[in-house]
Order: sequence, then C-alpha cells, then structure tokens
Amino acid sequence: MASPTGPAGSRTTSITGWGRTSPTTARLLRPGSYGEAVAAVRTCGARGGIARGLGRAYGDAAQNAGGAVWDMTGLDRIRRVDAEAGVVECEAGVSLHRLMEVLLPLGWFVPVSPGTRYVTVGGAVGADIHGKNHHVAGSFTRHVRSFELLTADGAVRTVRPGTDLFDATAGGMGLTGVVLAAAVRLVPVQTSLMTVDTERAADLDDLLARLSATDHRYRYSVAWIDLLARGAATGRAVLTRGDHAPLDALPARARRAPLAFRPGHLPPAPRGLPEGLLGRRSVGLFNAFWYRRAPRRRTGELQRLSAFFHPLDGVPHWNRIYGRGGFVQYQFVVGHGQEETLRRVVERIAARGCPSFLAVLKRFGAGGSGWLSFPAAGWTLALDIPAGLPGLGAFLDELDEAVAAAGGRVYLAKDARLRPELVDVMYPRAPEFRELRGRLDPRGVFTSDLSRRLAL
Amino acid sequence: MKDAFGSPQSLLVLGGTSEIALATARRLIARRTRTVWLAGRPSPALEDAAGRLRSLGAEVRTVPFDALDTGGHEEALGKVFAEGDIDVVLLAFGVLGDQERAEAEPAEAVRIAGTNYTGAVSAGLVCARSLRVQGHGSLVVLSSVAGERARRSNFVYGSSKAGLDAFAQGLGDALYGTGVHVMVVRPGFVRTKMTAGLAAAPLATTAEAVAEAVEAGLRRRSEVVWVPGVLRPVMALLRHMPQAIFRKLPV
Repeated sequence: MASPTGPAGSRTTSITGWGRTSPTTARLLRPGSYGEAVAAVRTCGARGGIARGLGRAYGDAAQNAGGAVWDMTGLDRIRRVDAEAGVVECEAGVSLHRLMEVLLPLGWFVPVSPGTRYVTVGGAVGADIHGKNHHVAGSFTRHVRSFELLTADGAVRTVRPGTDLFDATAGGMGLTGVVLAAAVRLVPVQTSLMTVDTERAADLDDLLARLSATDHRYRYSVAWIDLLARGAATGRAVLTRGDHAPLDALPARARRAPLAFRPGHLPPAPRGLPEGLLGRRSVGLFNAFWYRRAPRRRTGELQRLSAFFHPLDGVPHWNRIYGRGGFVQYQFVVGHGQEETLRRVVERIAARGCPSFLAVLKRFGAGGSGWLSFPAAGWTLALDIPAGLPGLGAFLDELDEAVAAAGGRVYLAKDARLRPELVDVMYPRAPEFRELRGRLDPRGVFTSDLSRRLAL
Repeated sequence: MKDAFGSPQSLLVLGGTSEIALATARRLIARRTRTVWLAGRPSPALEDAAGRLRSLGAEVRTVPFDALDTGGHEEALGKVFAEGDIDVVLLAFGVLGDQERAEAEPAEAVRIAGTNYTGAVSAGLVCARSLRVQGHGSLVVLSSVAGERARRSNFVYGSSKAGLDAFAQGLGDALYGTGVHVMVVRPGFVRTKMTAGLAAAPLATTAEAVAEAVEAGLRRRSEVVWVPGVLRPVMALLRHMPQAIFRKLPV
C-alpha cells in the first residue's frame, strides 16, 4: 500500500482513525526533533498537514487527504520530572502509558486518563481528553501548566493558560499548530491499585439518581449501560466507582511493591473479521450476561489500575472486531436539567436495537476554557456502533438534532459524520476559533479531513 | 470530505442530464451533499436539471462538457477541481444509439463508441489524476450488463460498455492504495428516456433503484455493483453460455 514518494523520510500511505472508516491517503512523516518538525511544517505543501499521535481518535481528526500527516511519536522524550511538586515536562509524542511506567514508581499518576493509555500528551491537549474523574478534576488541559506550540509561521511559542491561543488549542484538534511539548501537573498516589465499588442500577432513573446523589464521594466514576435492554429495564447499568487505594488498604504481600505497574495483555484481535459479528443478538446476549455478572453491590474491591481504567487496552487492535466496515463512536453531552433529552435518546437507541456493547454514561463536572473543548457540566453518553448498520447515518443525524436542541454537543475527537451546519450550534465559540486560525494560519497550513468536512 | 458512511459533500456529474445521475444526486443531497457540478453540453435540459437540484438545497453549478471533445476535457474538468475537492465523480454520460443505423453507417457506430468509451477514458483519466492529488474520493462509473456479453440487438453499445467496464476495473487497480476508490456500476435494463419505446428486458429496474445501489456501494466502498443484485449470478450464467445457445436466446 505504501509507496516511497515525497520528501525524504516520508511515505505515502492510507490512513484512518480508530473506527477504520473513510480511509484517505497522505504523506506520513515522523519528525524526530524540533528542527525536523519545523522543517516539516514549512515544507508541507498546498494541502497542509496535521499532527497525529497514536491514532486513537475514532474519526478523521488525524487524517489529511493528499497532504502531510506528522507522526509525533518520534518526539517522545521525558525531559524532567519534578518529584517534589509533581510536574512532568515531556515532548508531545510521549504516551500516557509511558508516563505511567515512569511516574508510578515515583508515586505520581497522570491527572486525567481516558479509556486507553495509548494516547499521546499532544493528542490529550488537542482533544482536551476527559476521564472518569471529570466530575472532580475537569479535563486534561486544566492540568497543563504550559505547552510549546509550533505555529504556521515556523515559530515555537510557549503557551500558558489564560490566553486565547491556549483556549483555542485546548480541544482544537491540532488545527492551531503542532503541540511539541507540555508541562503537566500530576496526582500523588500511594499505590498502583484501585479500591472499587460496584453496584447495579435497575433502570435509567435509578442510574441517574445514584450518580447524582453519590458521585461526589468518588474520585472516579463511570457507568456501563445496557442499551439493548428495553421496557422497564431501559437504561439498566453497572456503576463502577473508586479511588486510588491507600497503602494501608493493601494486603501485606502487595505492600512490598505497592507502586508496581503491570498491565496484562491478551492476544491481539485477528485481522479480516467479517462484518456483522456484533449483531443485535450476540451483543444482546453479551449485555445480559455482563449485567447479571456484576455484583448487586460490592465495595472496596482491589483492582489493578489497568483493569479499572483501560480494560480494552488488554486486547491490542480491538477495533478490528467490527470487521472491515469499521464502526463509529457516538458521544454527546447534555447539560443538567436535560435529563429528558438523555432519556429520549437512550429510549430511541434501545428501541432501534443498535448493537452497542461499549456504552458508557458519565456525569461531567464543569467544562474547561477550551473553545472547542467537549466536556461541559451534565451527562455524557458514549456508544460504539458498527458503521454498516443500515440507516445509521440518518438515525444519528436525528439524535444530533435532539442533542443540539438541548444545548448539547458531540465530541469532535470521536466524530466521523456530524452535519457541518451543527458545529456552530454545538460549539458557539467556533467562529472565534476560525477567526484566530485565519489570523495565525492564513494559508491553512494546519488542515485535516475533519477540518475540511466540518469547515472548521 | 466523505463521512464515515461514504456520504459525499461534493459531487461532480459527467453527463448532467442523465436520469440515473440525477436520481443519485437527489439521494445524496438528502444526506450530506451540498455542492454539485453538472457537466454536460449546454442546454435548457441541463439548466433545468440544475434548477431542480438547487430547489433541494444544494449549491449547483453547470460546466460545459462534451464527451466527444476529448481535447477540451482537461480544461473543463480542471476548472471544477480547482474550485475545491470533489468527493464523488459520477461518470454517467453515454448513448444507446441506433444499432441498425450503426451497422449501416460506421460513422454512427464510431460516435457511440467515441462517446461511451473514448470520451470516458479521457474524462476518467483526467478526473483520476485530480482525485489522486486530493488523496481521497470515489469515481463511480456507470457501466451496463450489456458490456458483460455482447448481444445481437445492441452489440455496438454493448462493446463500448465492455471497453468502458474493463477500463474502469483497470483504473481501480491502478488507483488502489492512493485513497481513490473506483466503483463500477452494472445496471440491467433501466426504464429511462434512453430506453423509452423499447420493450423492457426481464429484471428491468429504475433510476431510483440504481441511485440507491450507488449510495449503498459508496457506504461499503464496493468495487462492482449490480442492479438489481440478482443480475450478478444471472450474468455469470449467460457469460459462460456457449455461443450457439446464447445466439438463440430471446435477449
């Protein structure tokens, strides 16, 4: 597939996001230094370029048809760990996985982790990622003290919170420039284990009530929701919530190496799986099993960090299970007081029988300052759906309308299909974002398939 | 850009008055398509087609294009691509012609072959080059089951479609890995103005059905689409039938 063309060190290759839909071709270049990154931006050509990390954005945010894509994983140095203050300074291509390997033995943890450790620090800034602790900690960029940004003029700027450039870049999907490095505040931990409480919610009302009443007691909180359950069971869910285990919660044996980080791995998902493996029936059976398998109520269970935060990372290439047609992830947020919208969406998904076994509901805390940052106080639901499901495009468009009408929005890092007209409705600061980009990058050096598709 | 379901935002139709193409355009406008270029010989019919698509909410522009004027293809189509990315090119021009006349007047046969084959080779390659530079996009080529095996009753048309079909398949192979997708569509007998007055063949279909199949094919990134789908096994059978028997079939 790849053919060696273009500038030295680059190759033309077909690229998709994690959902494996809409492949396009670009020149892939892997800068290994600031100098190479500056040269790459200066010589990217008429169709521009976009930075890419580990490719976990589901849609087309890190693709750039006919142009350049800069694989930033070559800039992967951890420059300094301030073990007193709890701050790490590292290059943008460092993954959260690597940070955990280095920082956990020192008693520090990343401030925000999404459902995978395989995201880079640059990607975490560009998508302003969130995790199970959003209701107390906010999103990733809240913990960023500063970052270095390579802009369209070839300059490297140090950007600090409280500036327009910071707020445009936090969640700006790489369209303001290339994040080269960042200084991130960390969270102290005594152990690498989690104490986890698990409980079941019988339906959506029960779930929302439990989350509203008790979320503040937990640093981390999330609910897996069975979107195929209908009738009285609509919205039934399993809540898992917890915190970093203190040293004295560990059994004597584990206390000898309390900060060990040993994520396990299963064999990777095979290639070439057929489409339709995840149908309504198979997913329905899985969901029913998963719900009943969970304890009605269990408290204080000790779990490995990787099992609690990143269960799917244990199966490399799990995105292949959807077959060659790929899948889309639909994640939206609606504010507090918009529970009716959430309920209607859940009911419609249940009624339609969308085969989704990775559906997650979470309660967000206050949003951050990023202009295109996704999280906002309220409820967020995320679900994976096979892209080949007939009529799915029109169905999700209808959900978008309901979400937008409720003042909500969908997550750009996961989007692969939003109607462009809705961007400004969902993200009211998008015009400011475009205006800043127009000033900073008049030639449109930073371009992605997402920016073309959504006219960002 | 196309979205995750293969729905294009911009569409270039070569053969802007083709009923199949316009049915496809209507279908795509109902999804994501906002920009449509209709390329064809300037005529009231072309402007009328553009007007009707505009009323559906798309921004529609026409561009003068003549399949037989291969010397002018680069300029005419280059202008379109210079204005912005094209997500889907629908190569839909073609003439059925009059078989009897074509057999009597070779110049008429050359006109049919020149439009359906030579014109398509030229326009197809011009578009392929621009799509390649873009690094994305689909080239949808309207072939025909008539190209699968030439029939006595319209072998001039059939042979031109056979050539087009082989060309498009080869082009698809050439573009594999460039981000550009080529899709060959083989409809059976379609009830349109092109076939008005002809007795419908078995398994006859409609422009709407072809449009629906094109949309599904874009979603699946198919390389060959038969409309209706049952023509695939039927034509596989006919293709391998001995000449002596095929000749006697009432097709």
